[in-house]
Amino acid sequence: MNKGGGRAQNRPAEPVVSAVVSRGAVPWLGLENYLIHHLRAFFASLGSLLRTPFASFMTAVVIGVALALPSGFHALLSSVQTLASGWEGDVAQVSLFLKPEIKDDAARNLAWRLRSMDDVAGVRYISPQQAVEEFQRSSGLSDALAYLDENPLPAVLVVKPAKGFAQPKVVHDLVERLQALPEVESTQLDWAWLERLRALVVLADRAMALVGAVLAVAVLFIVGNTIRLAIENRREEIVITKLVGATDAFIRRPFIYGGIWYGLAGGLIALVIVDGVLWGMSGPVARLAALYKSDFHLEMIGATETLVILATGAVLGWMGAWLAVGRHLRHIEPT
Amino acid sequence: MIQLHNVGKRYPAGHEALHDVSFAIDRGEMVFITGHSGAGKSTLLKLLGVIERPSTGELIMNDRNLGRLSKRNIPYYRRTLGMIYQDFRLLPDRTIFDNVALPLVIDGHYDQQEIRRRARAALDKVGLLGKEKLHPMELSGGEQQRVGIARAVVHKPVLLLADEPTGNLDPGLAWEIMSLFEAFNRVGVTVLIASHNVELIARMRRRVLVLNNGRLVSDTPGAVA
Repeated sequence: MNKGGGRAQNRPAEPVVSAVVSRGAVPWLGLENYLIHHLRAFFASLGSLLRTPFASFMTAVVIGVALALPSGFHALLSSVQTLASGWEGDVAQVSLFLKPEIKDDAARNLAWRLRSMDDVAGVRYISPQQAVEEFQRSSGLSDALAYLDENPLPAVLVVKPAKGFAQPKVVHDLVERLQALPEVESTQLDWAWLERLRALVVLADRAMALVGAVLAVAVLFIVGNTIRLAIENRREEIVITKLVGATDAFIRRPFIYGGIWYGLAGGLIALVIVDGVLWGMSGPVARLAALYKSDFHLEMIGATETLVILATGAVLGWMGAWLAVGRHLRHIEPT
Repeated sequence: MIQLHNVGKRYPAGHEALHDVSFAIDRGEMVFITGHSGAGKSTLLKLLGVIERPSTGELIMNDRNLGRLSKRNIPYYRRTLGMIYQDFRLLPDRTIFDNVALPLVIDGHYDQQEIRRRARAALDKVGLLGKEKLHPMELSGGEQQRVGIARAVVHKPVLLLADEPTGNLDPGLAWEIMSLFEAFNRVGVTVLIASHNVELIARMRRRVLVLNNGRLVSDTPGAVA
C-alpha cells in the first residue's frame, strides 16, 4: 500500500491527533469537494427514492393532493376575482336622479361639469323622455304609463367613477359629493351585490389560507413520517457509517435531500392535478359563460404559480425531513 | 500511543465489564487481547473506538484523553482508526467498491480520482481487485472479512482495532486474515486484535493481554519483535 503520498496532496501533513482537533470545519480548499459531496448526496437520495418507486410515488401523491387542494382553490378564486374586476366597469356606476324642475339644458350643463371632474370617468345623460321609452321597452308596463297625464320620470345622469370596484371608499366619497349638488334629488349606488361578492371572495381567500395552512402541516407530518421510516430502515447503515467516522451532518444529508425530493415530486403531482382539473372544467365553463354572453374563462396555472407550488413543496419537504431527522437520528448510536 | 490507567467500565444495568485495567501499547506494536467470552475484550475495543466511555480511570490515545473527547469530535477521532468486526458490518446494498470507499467519501477531502485509486489499492492489498462491482452477499465469509479489512485500511489509519475478526471463519481463512494484519503491521500500523482463538494467537507469537472477568491477569511479551 502507498503510505502517505496521496493524502499529503489534499491536506498538509500533520500529526493525526492534531488533525482530529483542527478538522472541525471545512477548509476553503475543500469547498469544491464539499459541493460535490452535497450534489452527490442530492442525486443519491433521488436514486434511493427511485429504488422503491411505488412507495415513493404513493407518498408523493398524498403530498400532491394536499398541495393541489389549496392551489386549485386559489386558481379558481383568482379567476373569479378577474371576473369580478371585469364587471366593475359596467356595474360601478352612480345614478343621479335630478330634481323635477331641472330642465334639459341645465341637466346637460351639469353633465358637462361632472365630466370635467378628476374622479369621474364618464357621464351619460338620460332625459325623462328617453327614460320613458326605455321603461316602456323593458318593463311591459307601457299601458300603465298611458294613464298618466305627464311623464313621472326624472332626468337621470349615470356617472361612472374613475376609480372602480378596487377603491370603494373613494367611490363612496364621490357619491357623497354628488348627493350634495343642488340639482340632485337622490343618488343610487348599485353595486352592493358586487361588494357582497367581494366580501365573499375575501372570506373564501381566508378560508383557503387556513385550509392551506392545515394541509401544509399535514405535508410536514407526511414527509416527517416517511423520513422516519427511511431512517428506521437504514438503522444498521447509519450505525456502520458512524463507526467509520461519519459526522451527524453527513448522515443527515441524504434524508434531508430525500425530504426535498418528496416535496418536489408532490408539487409536480399537485401541478398535474390542478392543471388537469382546470383543463377538464374549461369546456363546460366556457359554454356556461357563453350562455351569459361573457368571455369568462378559467385561468391556467402560470409560471409564477408553478414555481410557488414547487418551491412550497420543496420547503415543506425540507422542513418535514428536519422534523424527523432531529428527533430520530440522534438516538441511533453504535453499541 | 495507547495508555490505560486504572480503567473500569460499569454498564448502566450494573454489570462491571472492566475493572482497574492498566497497560500501554507503543506505536507499531501488534497485540492480542484474549480471554473467555464476557471477559471484557469487546468492551475494551469499544472504549478505544469511543463507542463506550470509561466509568473510571483514564484512557489516553496519542496524548488525548478519550474519556473527555467531545461528541462533536468523535467522528474525526474515528477517522484515525480502522475498525474490523466479527460480523464484518458491510453495507449489503452497496458494491464492494462503495463499501471500501466509504471512509474516503465520508472524509470529504478526496476527489473522485483519488477515491478510486485508493479504494482499488486497498482492494488489491486484500486480493479482491476485480470483485469491486459485486455486492457483499455474493462473496464468501472470508472474502467479506477482507472487504472489511480493506475498508479499515483505505484511509491509512494509525491504529487497527479488530474484534474477533476470524470468529466466523474456518482456520485456513483465519490464518490468511492474520497474515494480512501482520502485513499491515510491518508497514507501521499499530494492530490490536481481540480473539478467543488461543491456538491462532499462540502461532502468531505476539504480545498477548489476557482478561478474566474484566481484570487484566497477564501481559506476555511476544517472541516476534
